[in-house]
Amino acid sequence: MRTRSSALVVAALTVVATLTGCGSDADLVIYSGRSEELVGPLIEDMEEQLDVTIDVRYGDSAELAAQLLEEGDATEADLFFSQDAGALSALAQEGRLSTLDEQVLAVVDDHYQDPEGRWVATSARARVVTYDPAQAPEATDFDSVDDLLDESYRGEIGFAPTNASFQSFVTALRITRGEDGARQWLEDFSALEPAAYDNNVAVLEAVDEGEISLGLINHYYWYQLQEELGAEAVNAKIHYLDSDDAGALVNVAGVGVLTSSEATGLAADAVEFLLSEEGQQYFADETAEYPVRAGIESTTYDLVPLDQVDGAQIDLNDLASLDETLELLDEVGLT
Amino acid sequence: MPAVAAALLALLPLGYLVVRAGDKGAGFAFDYLRRDSTSELVLRSLGLTVTVTVACVVLGVGLAVVTTRIVLPGRALWMTLAALPLAIPSYVSAYAWISALPSLAGFGGAALVLTACTYPYVYLPAAAALSRTDPALEEVARSLGRTPWQTFRTVTLRQIRPAVASGALLVALYVLSDFGAVSLMRFDAFTQVIYTSYRASFDRTPAAVLSLVLVVITIAITLGEVRSRGRAQQWRAGAGAARRPVPQALSRGRTLATLGGCVAVALVSLGVPLASLGYWIVRGASLDLDWSRLAGAGATTMVASGAGALGCVVLAVPVGVLAARYRSTGVRMIEQATFAGHALPGIVVALALIFFGTRYARPFYLEMPMVIAAYVVLFLPAAVGAVRASVALSSPRVEEVARSLGRSPYGVLRTVTLPLAAPGVAAGAALVMLTCMKELPATLLLHPTGSETLAIRLWSLTRVGSYADAAPYAAALVLLAALPTFWLSHASRQRHHTEELSP
Repeated sequence: MRTRSSALVVAALTVVATLTGCGSDADLVIYSGRSEELVGPLIEDMEEQLDVTIDVRYGDSAELAAQLLEEGDATEADLFFSQDAGALSALAQEGRLSTLDEQVLAVVDDHYQDPEGRWVATSARARVVTYDPAQAPEATDFDSVDDLLDESYRGEIGFAPTNASFQSFVTALRITRGEDGARQWLEDFSALEPAAYDNNVAVLEAVDEGEISLGLINHYYWYQLQEELGAEAVNAKIHYLDSDDAGALVNVAGVGVLTSSEATGLAADAVEFLLSEEGQQYFADETAEYPVRAGIESTTYDLVPLDQVDGAQIDLNDLASLDETLELLDEVGLT
Repeated sequence: MPAVAAALLALLPLGYLVVRAGDKGAGFAFDYLRRDSTSELVLRSLGLTVTVTVACVVLGVGLAVVTTRIVLPGRALWMTLAALPLAIPSYVSAYAWISALPSLAGFGGAALVLTACTYPYVYLPAAAALSRTDPALEEVARSLGRTPWQTFRTVTLRQIRPAVASGALLVALYVLSDFGAVSLMRFDAFTQVIYTSYRASFDRTPAAVLSLVLVVITIAITLGEVRSRGRAQQWRAGAGAARRPVPQALSRGRTLATLGGCVAVALVSLGVPLASLGYWIVRGASLDLDWSRLAGAGATTMVASGAGALGCVVLAVPVGVLAARYRSTGVRMIEQATFAGHALPGIVVALALIFFGTRYARPFYLEMPMVIAAYVVLFLPAAVGAVRASVALSSPRVEEVARSLGRSPYGVLRTVTLPLAAPGVAAGAALVMLTCMKELPATLLLHPTGSETLAIRLWSLTRVGSYADAAPYAAALVLLAALPTFWLSHASRQRHHTEELSP
């Protein structure tokens, strides 16, 4: 019996030893709220360019932000790559992000960075209206989200209520029209019994298959669908609303360096790489997002230039006021 | 001692929650609790929990009766099919339903999906109990003039009540802690609001306050279960060999109706999710699949969930044995404590372990042991329940004999109690293992950087809308989880009482 128990102990210790590594031994650790499918290849390029090894933890931006706040100075992370500005400004407010080098930030328009330089956008996305040209050809004349509020579109508009980009649009609506104005629009919208979908892709597919005639999505889903199926195979079209409308909000994904990082030099190089011509070209060519550096044009996608749509100029740090937005959506029953 | 250690580990999240909830002072916490929306939330979540639990008890006991007590064509097949929904993660099932029927969103959809995914928690113990209860008592009741229905209600149901109650408890706690189904169905339950709170305000205090409310509800529910379990003895009293119940033959019409019912349950719980998976696999057939990556994720899933199951069982044995044999206040508190983490959403348990891990267990932080610790906190009760139930089936008289023959207490545990309870304990391990495989939120926050499980991969692909790429991972997950499920449904039919020793 004794030999058997000691054998068990040895076996248990071996298991523990194999299961326990010694933390990350990579040169740089990135917590990425952007998915591996979107940015994985870019990070491989970065490893090659900077000649370093990089470990990436993928997750949801908000959950990673909560993890970073809980880890405090004990975090392994050097860099936080976020899907939206909200998670970055939350970390910045808690003093977890260090100020970035001004020279690095100089290539990006002031609007797409934190006024205090603690985070910077790496790419941008625009809200658009997608429509089925057979059912709603008049969508090309839309100027504002108010044009959607027509009795003829009852049950015909698709949206993704739980999607962060839709919620950012509502936040922009609150900021541009005030609480009452936003509530009015949402109540009128809700009265039309819009069809709720799980995400933007589902909305776009429903429009493409003619199930519904209109949908509220981000621009790049449409470009990606075109790339995936071929331009002729996609029936749905997209329309950019007037640039001063909340329905044409331009939101960003961005990056910040953790104050606790010991590899500050490398982290700064990584940010510089993301904003470099090569990094920016990647977003334009691969994800169909808008580059934030001037002078980069997509070689794969026929994107409407960003300077023609970036009108809904709100302070992107304000997008962190998501609490009030969710409360409002809850009140009007759009959840 | 090990039992106390298990209880302390399970209480870690509670300690964390108290720290976080108090971040802004007790005043903030109480004000937050007094908001109307908080009480509404409690009612909504309890409504869903009660609905699903009742539906699972009806469905689980009904199917158990049908598959153990009635002559049914293909009975063995139905027994397996009835257990198989355990292998389907609630988020896969919810996605299948919502994409087929978008109008299902809300309370009805959440209740449907959760019932379809969790009724086996009731079905398995109920079927096991029904197939091993000696029909003698029922025959006595019939001979004394009770109708079959009265006999079922007053004798049979009473005999299987502890088994059903322990299954119902797992269902209730699962519903409280589930995130996948309620979020896809857009039903604002506790977990959904807790997640939204992290996401919307990046403020951990409201989420902690709500989680504490969830813990209080959990404790109330487990106390209720303990009461309903009562003090019934389950080992057989009296001499003579136990017989197995003989299935009853039904009329042709009733047999067909019963079969129809079984088919309907199988279609809802298995047919729809599997059809949706099949659709995406066919749609994505042309895509290149990285087989080595799929295999790697599968291997990590097996290692992590296997280790999780092992950890749970090792800690559950002392607690379960104590709970089956002694009902002192101390023991009851230890057993209660192990339930503390079970109803908490995975993200809360994960953040608690991040909090403690970064401070007191740095070498293990973001390594496999952290993931295993999370599994133990989350799923220990399922293992404790299995150990307790199987130890309770063997008569303490056997242990007393062994003691009187000179075995030490530890020797009795090792050579008598555990071998007798082994099949039940192994079934508990299988149950925990398949639950670990499906776990996502805690695994996602705690997994070693660079490793990935099937559930993580599935999540990562579906969030960018690559359902066709995700389908093979979902299929692999369902297939792997089906293995312990098969075994579980097989094992639950094999369990027997120990015979009372003849004087």
